[in-house]
Amino acid sequence: MQQPRKEYEDIPGTTVFDADQCRKGYGINMFCMSLLKAPNREAFKKDEAGYLKQYNLTPGQTEAVLKRDWNGMLREGGNIYFTAKLAATDGLSFQQVAAMMTGSTQQEYADMMLKGGRSPNGNRSKSEWANKNG
Amino acid sequence: MAKIVAGVWTSHVPAIGAALDLGKTQEPYWTRVFGGYEKSKEWIAKVKPDVCIVVFNDHATAFSVDIVPTFALGCAAEFEPADEGWGPRPVPVVKGHPELAAHIAQSIIQDDFDITVVNKMEVDHGLTVPLSLMFGQPKEWPCQIIPLAVNVVLFPPPSGKRCFNLGQAIRKAVESYPDDLRVVIFGTGGMSHQISGPRAGLINSDFDRAFLESLATDPSKATSIRHIEYMREAGAEGIEMVMWLVARGALSDNVEEIHRFYTVPASNTAVGHLILEDRASAPSALAAE
Repeated sequence: MQQPRKEYEDIPGTTVFDADQCRKGYGINMFCMSLLKAPNREAFKKDEAGYLKQYNLTPGQTEAVLKRDWNGMLREGGNIYFTAKLAATDGLSFQQVAAMMTGSTQQEYADMMLKGGRSPNGNRSKSEWANKNG
Repeated sequence: MAKIVAGVWTSHVPAIGAALDLGKTQEPYWTRVFGGYEKSKEWIAKVKPDVCIVVFNDHATAFSVDIVPTFALGCAAEFEPADEGWGPRPVPVVKGHPELAAHIAQSIIQDDFDITVVNKMEVDHGLTVPLSLMFGQPKEWPCQIIPLAVNVVLFPPPSGKRCFNLGQAIRKAVESYPDDLRVVIFGTGGMSHQISGPRAGLINSDFDRAFLESLATDPSKATSIRHIEYMREAGAEGIEMVMWLVARGALSDNVEEIHRFYTVPASNTAVGHLILEDRASAPSALAAE
């Protein structure tokens, strides 16, 4: 079946967490949700792969979590507010994770923010990123 | 009767809560942010609201992906601050106003807004950071709080127009409550920010400033912004700004601007703040009463 067109798929560097992503990432997000409880955080830290088994993740999802591939988790259906619980479990701040997702060091990222952040100019559509990189 | 006398809008960046809780407010990075709220704290201490309705979003705290309500009204007697993974914020328990909340729920549902009634909910930084910014660090919050959670996590959130209309229905509900209560409504979240993916860090000050101006002078401009435009222009998470329109809809056209503040950044986010008094329900300046 042909998928309906989603105009927001044209936004570069962005995975919109819609109902399709939500269904795909149910396991990742419920795993992250479990980390809101301190005993679960401890259990996960003791045996990460073992702990993940109860959430029926795909091999790709498991790998993204274990490798802390933050962008990979989003592509696999994770949502940033859920994956932030994993970041908290790792002792990372939102800004540290954001820096990782953009491929910058935390200092570079913090400097960019202090200078007013990433401009929307050149970052509105995928065609602009293709031109920039091509 | 109860009256909505003013609206308060503010970002709810979690790092602001952390800065307060960890005693970093005197660092230059943070004095720049907190300085914008000094006047606001004085103002609200004079206004002394009985109840604040706080429009906020839950960040995967009370609501997982099992159930995602678009609008959820907190009707409980109290709401505990949540552990979001770093431990709960050291802030007072949020005391509700179950009678007014129940009245609002009954009124707006019969006014065609099919909201979810919530009788148990932990509240996260989305609700507690705005309270800290406005009330500081008291032992108890100085008023009762009715939380109204709006889904902005799972796309799509409600439209800006729908949010605005909900605000109008809330105003009608409050005004039909028999007790004399002074109510302030908070719109929280935003402003421009993206915290997910390779485009994280996006900030659009022009968009934000135009949005603030629209709230103060002509909300019809802001209510016509489409979801794609929020996400493209103000970042994937900038779409939280639809929540500001609920609070704006709860005020009349006759408003007076008391305070406006904007700064970039707080952590990953542009911080916007606005206070409007409603001259239809509070004819003279509140502070002078």
